[in-house]
Amino acid sequence: MIRIEPYGAEALLLTLAQTPSPDLPGRIARLADLVQQALGDAVIDLVPGWNTLLIHYDLLRYDLADIQARVTPIVEVWRQEPEAVQSPSRRHEVPVWYCGSDLESVAAACSLTVDAVIALHCGRDYLVGAIGFAPGFAYMGELDEQIVLPRLASPRPRVEAGSVAIAERMTAIYPQASPAGWHILGLSAWPLFDPQAEPPCPLAVGDRVRFVAVDEATYRAAGGQV
Amino acid sequence: MRGLKVIKPGPLSLLQDAGRYGWRHLGVSTSGPMDRQAAAWANHLLENPYGSAVVEIALGGVELEAQVDTWLALTGAPLGATVDGQAVPAWSRFCMKTGQRLQLGFAQAGQRAYLGVVGGFVAKTILGSVATHRREGLGGLGGDGQALRVDDVLGCSPGLNAFDKALGAASRFIPDYRESPTLRLVMGGDGEAFAKEQRERFFSSPWQVSPQADRMGIRLQGDASLEPPVRQWSLGVLAGAVQVPPEGQPIVLMADCQTMGGYPVLGFVHPVDLCRLAQCPAYHEVRFAPIELEEAQSDLKRFYRFFKNHEMNLCAD
Repeated sequence: MIRIEPYGAEALLLTLAQTPSPDLPGRIARLADLVQQALGDAVIDLVPGWNTLLIHYDLLRYDLADIQARVTPIVEVWRQEPEAVQSPSRRHEVPVWYCGSDLESVAAACSLTVDAVIALHCGRDYLVGAIGFAPGFAYMGELDEQIVLPRLASPRPRVEAGSVAIAERMTAIYPQASPAGWHILGLSAWPLFDPQAEPPCPLAVGDRVRFVAVDEATYRAAGGQV
Repeated sequence: MRGLKVIKPGPLSLLQDAGRYGWRHLGVSTSGPMDRQAAAWANHLLENPYGSAVVEIALGGVELEAQVDTWLALTGAPLGATVDGQAVPAWSRFCMKTGQRLQLGFAQAGQRAYLGVVGGFVAKTILGSVATHRREGLGGLGGDGQALRVDDVLGCSPGLNAFDKALGAASRFIPDYRESPTLRLVMGGDGEAFAKEQRERFFSSPWQVSPQADRMGIRLQGDASLEPPVRQWSLGVLAGAVQVPPEGQPIVLMADCQTMGGYPVLGFVHPVDLCRLAQCPAYHEVRFAPIELEEAQSDLKRFYRFFKNHEMNLCAD
């Protein structure tokens, strides 16, 4: 069931499925392209989520009734499209030094050893489902269900840049020091965002990521500074 | 480039334009002024295009020396400004000549003042904007997200001939930041998933601005704790969204907010009222009242048209 609803005074939220599926991120990227082509510069930003597409629009061009009238038929066309041809997805290997402050609490909460948590975290490929929260912050999933935990009840004021974290069925790396509501498992020196690079972010929605456990020396040799 | 030399930068003074748009799909925050209304007034008084670069001055404490002859405008929190010891009226434009010093005291009410200059301050754009986002390390004079520092020069063109007289905003446009504002809220997001009595509690309770407040978000605290529903999948968020984490005390997202979030969203503060919240110090009381989306949209369109079309007749000498 697709829902189209206002999301504040200057945005429209499309909820495209109840729960995400492996092909949905690529499909949502396709929908974002269709919306961009149809609405042009009346679109300010398009933010794909796991099962959503948030359209930030120019209120001086379209009010809610206008934008809904324009977007609804685009979604209908998209829904009836055969499985969209997706841009070839890349696979990245991302080194992680598993030294996180929450490793032991995560292990305890999941009734696992720390080694088992690490093995489960780097034991599978993850799909980039969305990029957001901070520049280059890629939401990746899905975690092995043995290490699925809710977010922290109250976010921490600060974690270090490169912190590798988990929450719910997702994993991610914090590209900058920032507040964080996720559980921290380790650190990575892998570059995630450079405004001078083209594109500024090496990961794209639909890419696959595999974490590789490394030691502190390898992390530091790669430029890790924490 | 010559301009205004920073003698004292104050606790947190940031270059801001309308914001960094078009990059939220990579997680880049829009940033921009916390109080868009006061920033827009600074540009308006100088007949600058909407979103020309201004300096957002948190709390005050700034001293600048002019290297050019030009006109400036100061709006937002009143700071007791002087040019070479002569008082400058709040919410007005005034001229400054080479060698003169602008001194700004500390805010008696409100949190942030906005300093504009004829033509806007000039800096290299990063991803299309000079807006400073410190955590992301983007924008500002050096492009790396730094606040103003001693000996920085805020580049600007000479503009002494732009005007022949001072001008201020009519008093009815100048907010009284000492008042406890009622912030209008458009329901949406996960709002319907909150129990009815939870929504009623949110609107009927007074809230206080928590000391945990910055350009990213303003936490509220109150006796009435809310019980949010559970949201599993992160999605796009924006300034004004009221997030309710499991502990039950709301967070209003502000100019430097993340592009996506996972906490349930109760609704959206009217973008114009968000300007008012940006001026509330810690422990200031705020309340919320519901508003229909159509009303919020027509109101906001008026706001944009006013500042983008330069309706100068609404100013007074």
